[in-house]
Amino acid sequence: MITIDGLRKIFTTDQQDIKAVDDLNLSIKEGEIFGVIGYSGAGKSTFVRLLNRLEEPTSGSVVIDKQEITSLNTNELRLARQEIGMIFQHFNLLWSRTVKDNIAFPLEIAGVAKQEREARVQELIDLVGLSGREDAYPAQLSGGQKQRVGIARALANRPKVLLCDEATSALDPETTNSILDLLVDINQRLGLTIILITHEMHVIRKICHQVAVMENGKIVEQGDVLDVFLRPKQKVTRKFVEQVMGTPGEEESITELVEAYQEGKIVKLHFVGETANQALISQLARRFPIDINILQGKITQTQAGAYGTLFVQIVGDPAECSRALAHVADETSVEVEVIRDAE
Amino acid sequence: MLSNLFPNIDVQDFWVATYETFYMTILALIGTVIFGILLGLLLYMTTKGGIWENKYVNWATAAVVNVFRAIPFIILILLLFPFTEFVVGTIRGPNAALPALIIGSAPFYGRLVEIALKEVDKGVVEAAKSMGAKTRTIIFKVLLPESMPALVSGLTVTAIALIGYTAMAGVIGAGGLGNYAYYFGFQRREFDVVFLCTVAIVIIVFIFQFIGDRITNKLDKR
Ligand SMILES: Nc1ncnc2c1ncn2[C@@H]1O[C@H](COP(=O)(O)OP(=O)(O)OP(=O)(O)O)[C@@H](O)[C@H]1O
Ligand SMILES: [Mg+2]
Repeated sequence: MITIDGLRKIFTTDQQDIKAVDDLNLSIKEGEIFGVIGYSGAGKSTFVRLLNRLEEPTSGSVVIDKQEITSLNTNELRLARQEIGMIFQHFNLLWSRTVKDNIAFPLEIAGVAKQEREARVQELIDLVGLSGREDAYPAQLSGGQKQRVGIARALANRPKVLLCDEATSALDPETTNSILDLLVDINQRLGLTIILITHEMHVIRKICHQVAVMENGKIVEQGDVLDVFLRPKQKVTRKFVEQVMGTPGEEESITELVEAYQEGKIVKLHFVGETANQALISQLARRFPIDINILQGKITQTQAGAYGTLFVQIVGDPAECSRALAHVADETSVEVEVIRDAE
Repeated sequence: MLSNLFPNIDVQDFWVATYETFYMTILALIGTVIFGILLGLLLYMTTKGGIWENKYVNWATAAVVNVFRAIPFIILILLLFPFTEFVVGTIRGPNAALPALIIGSAPFYGRLVEIALKEVDKGVVEAAKSMGAKTRTIIFKVLLPESMPALVSGLTVTAIALIGYTAMAGVIGAGGLGNYAYYFGFQRREFDVVFLCTVAIVIIVFIFQFIGDRITNKLDKR
């Protein structure tokens, strides 16, 4: 769907040349939510702005849906941009226009007739959940509502791709979640490819399928979100994973656990994208005559299922305990590690 | 009543003079809006990082604006006599004042327009670009509407300066309240005429200020 090849952007300032994006290669599949994460100054905004040439690349090529964006002339680029939606951290709505007229703006640009425009605007207002607010001005809306207008506006011309630059960074956690849910909903309903820039791992975890980690203009790590969570290779990536999973100081407390709970087995259950057996613990307790005591752990939900670890104590007949664990190992994707066997 | 308080006023002449002041101000204002917005847009669009970035055009426009703003208005009128005579066919009466009034205030308003445009959120212009807007669309549907309150309040300031200019132009024969006050009041030592003309001009200024403020407030949805 999107192929990026040797993309480079060098800013020349009086003092020095800044390599904001440095030889980037990437391929993004249709219908994917692709996250790009990195710290401030990593070059994320520059990267996403290169995709619709709000920033002219120094070299390299961008191909979106078989169209080479980087070789289009001004007029072709204008038409191509009508099929690439973009939403912004600070919403960038026209304060002089109502919600309705803001959403109608890209349709006016595309030369859609008035009647069709009005029908489409109403459709979009319903889609983003702003019914009843169509005649409000942006100044009368909350941040979350403004971003909904931004999203509706970006979707107006039925784009193939949606670019989001820190779309939730100006919002509180609750509102962030509702906007992220809306993006997932749109992705599933319209099959839209979404490229999402953020510095919050929480956002990646919640909605992305693929993630690329950027540092100094380069992509230093890339893969399935779950893989990256499971096996972060780079130091930056590990720091981002810790944002969501907490720091791994927990290992030390395991010895304490082992001492505190003398009875039964102590087992570490590693969830690596389990979707089918979300109710694993209660299933085990029902199927086998054993007691399960959750000691410690952290589970988080990603687009590919649950991810995280749980430490549990299993008490009961040793044979039953072993059968239960064998069941987990064979029937689910949850990895089992016995920390201490029953005496 | 008017003739009791102000014995030397000729009511007929006074109303004609007031009408002429309005006439000159309004027509000059229309010309100022057109040329001022053109100048302001040109300054804004050709500046560094602008959509039509062009060092030379920007420099030339700024030079014209600065030169004409530097010339005192009374001198400008004298300087423009040949031009006025060529364009209007006469150097007397309200119409003859228009070229000087417009050339005197358009550069001033042009700077105010430039400032107003600079205040428009860059992000909004960028959003329009990302939607594939033509430059024309960006000017007429983003830049001008988004800066409208500042454009109107700038125009109010300009209008008030213009009323002052019409009075100056009046002194050298352009008609209007300035003309009336000078020839019929000052030169004949009939100061009630001067006084009434002053009151009339102050009232006109207040009217313009009031209307301008009202429109600015109504437009501003921020
Ligand atoms: N127009 C510009 N001129 C010069 N340097 C620039 C320009 N835009 C960005 N840069 C530089 O390029 C680098 C990358 O900037 P960019 O805005 O892409 O970072 P970012 O990852 O989006 O950061 P943030 O999370 O703070 O938004 C920075 O060092 C920045 O100073
Ligand atoms: Mg950024």
